Amino acid sequence: MSELRTAQRLQLYYWMSLTRAFDDRMVAMWKQGRGVGGTFSQRGHEAVSVGAATALADDDVVAPLHRDLGSYLVRGLSPERVFSNLLGKADGVTRGRDANLHGMGDLSLGIIGFVSHIGLSMPVALGAAMAFQQRNERRAALTFIGDGGSSTGVWHETLNMAAVVAAPLVVIVENNQYAYSTPLNEQMAITDIADRAAGYGMPGIVVDGNDVEAVHHVTSAALDRARGGGGPTLIEAKTMRMLGHAIHDGAEYVPAELLERWKKRDPLAVYRARLTADGVGDDELRWHDDRAKSVVDAAVKHAEAAPLPDPSKLLDGVYAQ
Amino acid sequence: MTATNFGFSVVDELPVGRTLTYLEAIKEALTEEMRLDESVCVLGEDVGGDFGGAFKVTHGLAAEFGNARVRNTPLCEQAFVGAATGMALMGLRPVVEMQFADFITSAFDSIVQFAATTHYRWGGAVPWVIRAPSDGGISSGPFHSQNPEAWFIHTPGLKVVAPATPADAKGLLVSAIRDPNPVIYFEAKPLYRSVRGEVPANGHVVPLGSASIARSGGDISIITYGVQVHQALEAAELLADEGIDVEVIDLRSLKPLDWDAIRTSVIKTGKVLVVHSANRLAGFGAEITAQIAEELFDDLDAAPRRMGAPDTPVPFSPPLERAYRPDAASIEMAARNLARA
Repeated sequence: MSELRTAQRLQLYYWMSLTRAFDDRMVAMWKQGRGVGGTFSQRGHEAVSVGAATALADDDVVAPLHRDLGSYLVRGLSPERVFSNLLGKADGVTRGRDANLHGMGDLSLGIIGFVSHIGLSMPVALGAAMAFQQRNERRAALTFIGDGGSSTGVWHETLNMAAVVAAPLVVIVENNQYAYSTPLNEQMAITDIADRAAGYGMPGIVVDGNDVEAVHHVTSAALDRARGGGGPTLIEAKTMRMLGHAIHDGAEYVPAELLERWKKRDPLAVYRARLTADGVGDDELRWHDDRAKSVVDAAVKHAEAAPLPDPSKLLDGVYAQ
Repeated sequence: MTATNFGFSVVDELPVGRTLTYLEAIKEALTEEMRLDESVCVLGEDVGGDFGGAFKVTHGLAAEFGNARVRNTPLCEQAFVGAATGMALMGLRPVVEMQFADFITSAFDSIVQFAATTHYRWGGAVPWVIRAPSDGGISSGPFHSQNPEAWFIHTPGLKVVAPATPADAKGLLVSAIRDPNPVIYFEAKPLYRSVRGEVPANGHVVPLGSASIARSGGDISIITYGVQVHQALEAAELLADEGIDVEVIDLRSLKPLDWDAIRTSVIKTGKVLVVHSANRLAGFGAEITAQIAEELFDDLDAAPRRMGAPDTPVPFSPPLERAYRPDAASIEMAARNLARA
C-alpha cells in the first residue's frame, strides 16, 4: 500500500470539509424552511464517500446513494448543480425531475443515479462491470449500500451473480448502525456484514468507515483487483449516521451515549487531528475549510437564484430519442 | 432433432427459403442484429451454451458469438434485469430472455422503478429489450401462461410490443433492439412453431408504433394483438360466410400505440370489438375502448365492446382453460352480436 503524499491527503481533507460544509448548510436551510421537500444528511459518512470515490479511476463508474454526497462531488458534479437539484431547479442534475440527492446520474462523469428502492443500484453497477468485462476494458464499477439495504433480496442476487461472473465490481456497505429507526440487532443476527462475502465466494473486508485513508486504501486495492480480473469485493465500512434518517427525523430512538461515542470519532475531526500531528499547519487546514465554505456559499447563492423548471416541459425526456 | 422442451422441438438450422416459423423469425432477428452490432448481447436463464433456452430461441447463439455475449445467469430476475440496465447505460444493447413472461414480476422493481424512470430523471438511456414468452392455451397452468402487458403499458418510460406473425416477430425485435429505450417484447409462445410465414431475409424492420390491417373489412373492427389476431382472423372467415365483413387490426405495438390506425378503422366501420388474451378487468382493452369512447363517440354505431379473460388466475385443466380464453368461436359470437347491434 503506497503512502499518500501530503498534497493527496489535503485533497482528501478538502473533499470531506466540502461535503460537511455542504451538508451543514443544507440541514440549516431545511430547518429554516428554505428547502423543498425532504432531504437526507450524510453527516458522519464523509470518510466513506470521499475515501472511496477518490480511489476511482476517471473511466470507472460509481453508483452512489443518498449518504454519498462526497462521491458525487469528488466525481465532478458541481456543488451548484447539486444544490439546484435539492431546490428542484431547472439547472439541477435532474432538471427538477427527482428529489434531493436522488437520481443524480451523469454518465459523462461516470455516475449512475439511484432510486429510493434501496438495493436496485447494486445490479445496475454489476451490469456496468459486466459491460467492461465483455469489452475487455480495464475498468471497474463501485456502488454503495447500507446495513438496511443488505437485507434485500437483490443484495443476494447481485453479490452471488457478481461472484459467479467474476465481475469487476466493488460493493461498499455503509454500516451506519440504523436502518431508519431499526438498529442492527433487529436487522441481522451477525456482527460483521462482511462475513456474508464468504457465502458468495468473494473477499469481505471490514474497514473503519471514519478513517478516510483506510477506506481509500481498501477501496483502491479492491478496484485494482477488480480491474485485473480478480473479481468482486465486499467492503463493510463501519460508521454512524449522526443525524436522522431524513431531515424531519429527530432520531430520538438513537441512545445519546452511542452518538456521544461516535462524535469523538468524527471523521473530519479525526483526520484534522492526524494531519496536524503529522505537521500540517492549522492555517493550511483552515484555508481548505474556508475554501469549502465559500464554494458552498456560491452554490447556495446560485441555486436560490436559478430558475424553476418550465411546466410546459413536463413531458420532455420520458423517452430517449 | 426430437429433444423437447415444454412440448416443443429443437430447431437447429433455419430452413432454406424464406418461410419461417415465429420462433425462427425471432432467432433470425437476434442473429442478424448480433452480427451487425457488437454491442448486442443476450442474457438470461439457460440461454447460453449448447442448451439455448427453455424454448431454444437462443440455440446456436453461444456457438456463433461466444459465452461473453450470450450469458447464462443464475436464477435472479431482479439482478439480471438490473444488470442489463447497467450494461445498457454503458453502451451495450442487451436482449434479456425472461424464461416465461410470468416470471417478469420477479424483476418488477428493476424494470418499472429503475430502468423505466432513468431517462426522465437524469437522461440515462437504457436500450435493452426483455423478451417475454407469454400467453397460454397449452395447459401450462397459472404461472406459465400469463399476459402481463398492462402493467408495463401503465409504466411511463417503457415501450411494449406484441407481434402476431413471423415477419412482425422479426421486424419488431430488430426495431426493439435498435430503440434507445427499454422495450418489453411479448412473444406469444403458442405461436412459436404453430405459425409460419414469409419473412424478409435481411434488414427487415417494423417500426414501433405502427399497426397493420390483418384483414380489411367494412362492418366491424376487431382490434387485437398476439395470439388473438389469429383467432380473430378465423372468426372473420366464418362471419364472412354470413355476409359480415370484419376488419382485423393487429396492433403489433401496444406502446406507442398506432391511434391513427384505430381511428381510421373505427370511423370506417362504426363498430369496435377489442380482444386480448389478458384479463379483461383493467386490461389494455379498457384503455383502447375508453379512448375510442372519448374521441370517436359520434362515429360509433354501437357501444365499444371488449373481450378478455375473466378475473381469475389462469387455470390449468383443458376444459377450464378453454372456458377461460377468448377464441375464434367466442370472438365469432361476440362479433356477430355486435354486427347485429
